[in-house]
Amino acid sequence: MMDGSKFDDVLTGEQKIRNFNINFGPQHPAAHGVLRLVLELDGEIVERCDPHIGLLHRGTEKLMESRTYLQNLPYLDRLDYVAPMNQEHAWCLAIEKLTGVEVPRRASLIRVLYSEIGRILSHLLNVTTQAMDVGALTPPLWGFEEREKLMIFYERACGARLHAAYFRPGGVHQDLPDDLLDDIEEWAINFPSALNDIDELLTENRIFKQRNADIGVVTEEDIQDYGFSGVMVRGSGLAWDLRRAQPYECYDEFDFQIPVGKNGDCYDRYLCRMEEMRQSTSIIRQAIVKLREATGDVLARGKITPPSRGEMKTSMEALIHHFKLYTEGFHVPAGEVYCAVEAPKGEFGVYLVADGTNRPYRAKLRAPGYLHLQAMDYICKGHQLADVAAIIGTMDVVFGEIDR
Amino acid sequence: MTEALQELGALIAAKRPDCVLTFAVEHDELNVDVAPASLFGLIEFLKNDPSCQFSTLVDLTAVDYPSRAKRFDVVYHFLSMYQNHRIRLRVSIREEDMLPSIIDVHPSANWFEREVFDMFGILFSGHPDLRRILTDYGFRGHPLRKDFPTTGYTEVRYDEAEKRVVYEPVSLVQEYRQFDFMSPWEGAEYILPGDEKKDTP
Repeated sequence: MMDGSKFDDVLTGEQKIRNFNINFGPQHPAAHGVLRLVLELDGEIVERCDPHIGLLHRGTEKLMESRTYLQNLPYLDRLDYVAPMNQEHAWCLAIEKLTGVEVPRRASLIRVLYSEIGRILSHLLNVTTQAMDVGALTPPLWGFEEREKLMIFYERACGARLHAAYFRPGGVHQDLPDDLLDDIEEWAINFPSALNDIDELLTENRIFKQRNADIGVVTEEDIQDYGFSGVMVRGSGLAWDLRRAQPYECYDEFDFQIPVGKNGDCYDRYLCRMEEMRQSTSIIRQAIVKLREATGDVLARGKITPPSRGEMKTSMEALIHHFKLYTEGFHVPAGEVYCAVEAPKGEFGVYLVADGTNRPYRAKLRAPGYLHLQAMDYICKGHQLADVAAIIGTMDVVFGEIDR
Repeated sequence: MTEALQELGALIAAKRPDCVLTFAVEHDELNVDVAPASLFGLIEFLKNDPSCQFSTLVDLTAVDYPSRAKRFDVVYHFLSMYQNHRIRLRVSIREEDMLPSIIDVHPSANWFEREVFDMFGILFSGHPDLRRILTDYGFRGHPLRKDFPTTGYTEVRYDEAEKRVVYEPVSLVQEYRQFDFMSPWEGAEYILPGDEKKDTP
């Protein structure tokens, strides 16, 4: 029959339409690190997305088992290297919970101050590079300028721009000089206008909106099923923030709002991050006012912290203590705790099993990005290939913490 | 806080007496020991019971105690965003035991179970895709077991002659240093050369 009803024989094996598999990464600028995605595409539609992680696996948890509690602290910096101090915070809280140490008020305020600086550091990087993933070049340049200033505040407090090792069990390592507080305050006054500039570039930008609105929608049920936390939750309208829900440190005495989104898409998450930066700036200013009044020691002097320098040079016992602390380290009573902080990316937790020696028996680091990335397959299904980059960006993944 | 958790623990123990072995509140955290057989049922109950609502799986990990007969403790952390409380479940299993996968209740358990399998070699029955996740492709052994050396067994380098990455057994230039800081007053047992003759008459 030649009436055109049978086409099948026209297609040869090669012409038959089949799904296309591509490798995204491990070296891809939009992968935000070493992420390898195996994508199965039907045309431009993603049908399956299989993230291969572990390319940056350093065995942090294994290494931590053979080092003392204090030696382990810098490992925490290297997890989410965009906001290092927030990770240290969880580690210190876990040790303090087991040993029952009270942190002095000034140290507590400094921790809040630097945690919020870390939050701004992380959000600035995320918002602006996500914008770059969807085609805007200027925001990262402007964002990094502000990040640079914040890094200098890091450096002035602890001597390192990135891997701070500044929060210590029992307080913080060094006191802040007064002029640093003045400079941070001055920055906090000017920062909102810099933020407004970025805001003007992006918020009403047609391309930015087209690339982000209604992309990667997360519902309340997804949040529960996939264990989301942080902005991934708040973008969908749930006002869940550990700083408010389960206050740690002295967050309960600060006045701040928790921004929530409405639609749970990439655009709402962007808006949440922008507003969170404004709230963090306000917390920073409140903390500085409180810090000016709260003068005092920044370390709870005792077994787990070093003696003051002057004491060490005059007292034999203090010298012995100092030597023992930095060689043997301190002993933590046996027990297990889970301590979580609201890191910029979500709930960062430390599950610590201590056996009474100077080393943790087991330390599990719970990274928020691990769960977010896990949901890639679920969220990306049915989206265009180009949306994958936008979704990775908005999930705020950093491979230091995911691969550990 | 502690009383509320104590009450919650008592409530769970009363409602599911077959599942809960013991419960305790330590450091303001609720710990529940569970038998492996009743784990799945309890987790389902915790998610759906209106007074618990533990709908988020926060963390899933394991701890290795080589000296125990039941070598591994598998630890589940749950969070309820609605009731604002947390719980920790602990299951002790032998090395050869399998645990039921909880993916059907908590899809987020997928990667966690893969990680526990990768790091400890614990198998989860009913997991759709129990591959290694963090370690290298083709890796052998389970690194977080206590009998796995921190240095590992193999090392990689790029071989200029072969033009590819080659795997070799680890060779340490200097012995891996593991200091013993226990002071003699805290019960460290030192074996001095010659001491072993004391016990053999």
